[in-house]
Amino acid sequence: MKSSARRTSYGVKGAPYAFLIPASLLFLLFFALPIGYAVWLSFRKVQVSGLGLGTGAREEVWAGLENYTGALSDSELLGGALRVLGYGCIVVPVMLGLALLFALMLDSEKVRLAPFTRLAIFLPYAVPGVVAALLWGFLYLPDVSPFHFVLDRFGLPQPDLLDGGPLYLALSNIAVWGGTGFNMVVIYTALRAIPAEVYEAAKLDGATPLQIALRIKIPMVAPSLVLTFFFSIIATLQVFNEPTTLKPLTNSVSTTWSPLMKVYQDAFGNGDIHAAAAQATLIALAALVLSFGFLRAANRRNKQEGRTAR
Amino acid sequence: MPYTKHRRLVSSAVAVALGATALAACGSSSDDGEAQSGPVSLTYWTWAPGMDKVVDLWNKGPGRKEQITVTVKKQASGDTLVTKILTAHKAGKAPDLVQAEYQALPTLVSNDALADIADSVDDVKGEFAEGVWQQTTLGTDAVYAVPQDIGPMMFYYREDLFEEYGLSVPATWEEFAETARKLKKAAPDKDLTTFSANDSGLFAGLAQQAGARWWTTSGDKWKVGINDDATKKVAEFWGGLVKEGAVDNQPMYTPAWNKALNTGKQIAWVSAVWAPGTLTTAAPDTKGKWAMAPLPQWNEGESSTGSWGGSSTAVTTDSGNKEAAAEFAAWLNTDADALNALAKESGIYPASTSAQLSGAFTSPPEYFSHQPDFYEKAAEIARTTAPSAWGPNVNVAYTTFKDAFGAAAKNRSDFAAALDAMQQDTVADLKKQGFGVAE
Repeated sequence: MKSSARRTSYGVKGAPYAFLIPASLLFLLFFALPIGYAVWLSFRKVQVSGLGLGTGAREEVWAGLENYTGALSDSELLGGALRVLGYGCIVVPVMLGLALLFALMLDSEKVRLAPFTRLAIFLPYAVPGVVAALLWGFLYLPDVSPFHFVLDRFGLPQPDLLDGGPLYLALSNIAVWGGTGFNMVVIYTALRAIPAEVYEAAKLDGATPLQIALRIKIPMVAPSLVLTFFFSIIATLQVFNEPTTLKPLTNSVSTTWSPLMKVYQDAFGNGDIHAAAAQATLIALAALVLSFGFLRAANRRNKQEGRTAR
Repeated sequence: MPYTKHRRLVSSAVAVALGATALAACGSSSDDGEAQSGPVSLTYWTWAPGMDKVVDLWNKGPGRKEQITVTVKKQASGDTLVTKILTAHKAGKAPDLVQAEYQALPTLVSNDALADIADSVDDVKGEFAEGVWQQTTLGTDAVYAVPQDIGPMMFYYREDLFEEYGLSVPATWEEFAETARKLKKAAPDKDLTTFSANDSGLFAGLAQQAGARWWTTSGDKWKVGINDDATKKVAEFWGGLVKEGAVDNQPMYTPAWNKALNTGKQIAWVSAVWAPGTLTTAAPDTKGKWAMAPLPQWNEGESSTGSWGGSSTAVTTDSGNKEAAAEFAAWLNTDADALNALAKESGIYPASTSAQLSGAFTSPPEYFSHQPDFYEKAAEIARTTAPSAWGPNVNVAYTTFKDAFGAAAKNRSDFAAALDAMQQDTVADLKKQGFGVAE
């Protein structure tokens, strides 16, 4: 390679591709290949004959779109999607609203003990999801919950948090508790990056702290809000830990409460990896459409705003 | 098994982590071929605690003589292990020996994962009760596993509280319902027991006692009888009690359930022979206040029980040393020293009838030290276990049970409708997979 004249011409042309090789290889091996395998599995199924006992009673055959039509007409998967939609409608606005509020408060001039508060709000994010769900689950269970104990002492009604509508609040609460800190840090970091001159100018113009927050800070951190929103949608679609952990504690959470739980149940409970692969592909597609659709909509708005401002 | 119950919470969380172990364990089965020449080493997947100590007895004793070394790989229990065995089998790398619950055997056999070891283990048949052995043959001439432990069902109750409320131990289910109502009247905040939908094995055992045969074969077809008359009777009985509020409807194995048992809010439990272990951890404060009796009967004068739990040792088709593996499986579950160690280290209740009254089972479990004839009674009850009938998709039926009966218990609605859902789902799944199904 070293002292050849050919190297310069050939090498320069080939260099970009050579640099791409490691990344492409890793992408192919650990990303494209598994996804491709899952998609391939989703088009196949196991066919049993007769009693299915003994050698050769089972063979893997081509299924075409059978697994997909099965998944799309499955009322449990659709029900799970609706349940997750309801859950997301609570989690995303509440979590991001709180995160924005905390970030703005921490960024205000009058705040004290900011580093400690920031850490305290962020800390739940460091608690593993399963542990958080277990912890809250024990707090929700009427017979062992300190909340119910206190309510009982004061003669107040004690709602069953693990049933019906309150169950959604109970599940959302776990996600909000765990996720607010992370989103707050993202927004807070963006707030700190706003140059001080902007505030100075606003103050000279006579803007109140509230006006500064609403008219300057929030519009300027809009990109981070988009980002956190994007993460939250994906996290909501993938909700699995919390309902799975609460499932043994109540009759209200079924084994197929969320779409991912259904995938898990089909793959590892019922041993049908082909149906599970089809459902997983559908969920991935939904996540892709939702998140990119949202990103495009957000980008278009940004561009339009940029144009009108000019 | 008692240990399996408490693990369920975490089992799904560790399932992923264990996947890695599966890969690591794959390479260890030796492929010497059927001919046993030279030393043989076998791998054994089991979830029984302390099994490595029991296997040490083999490796130092009969195993050393025959140059057969067994290595234990600890696994997650029940359904998780079935999935793992099937996955490993697909790659042709299943271990030589596996622990499998009785109801999982048809699933494993139908995936061609278990070897027929009839020739090697037929001589130990006499060690086991007819009904237990029949579960390992699936009604064929083949033998797919050697029974290890069983879980005959019994009725556990708080002796002191029964006396306090003037209740007598129910001999029939009719009396059981009366007892529940009488207690509700005397102490409205207490329950005789709960109907829990989070362990399908309990309901399956109760149906088995009533004479249900959920999966049977006729010719080349499976016949599913989950909503047969016997099971319907059981479902409607419990549905009625839940609906009128005579028993609680909350799941078992929750902190709330532990508290209810420990504080006497629930004063009885329909369970199995392994209950002392569960009660020791769930209700430590009430030690010495419980007593065990046979399960209530459907008709006066009958004596029959179901089974809840229990597992066997099976040899896989991937094993290169099936004969050696079968020999070990037979030793593990019939040798007196092995069974004694199993009782001591793993806390199992043996399937072998001779072991049920010897060694560790000559004195009652510590929690029941005031009932000296605990194990004599248990052995007597075990003899009355009704036959069971498992099929190739028990997992599907069990999942539907949890969801349909969980919802029905929560809403205090019709249990018969939930039972029909269970039947339909099970039949639909069999058909979807291509099994022959008789209507």
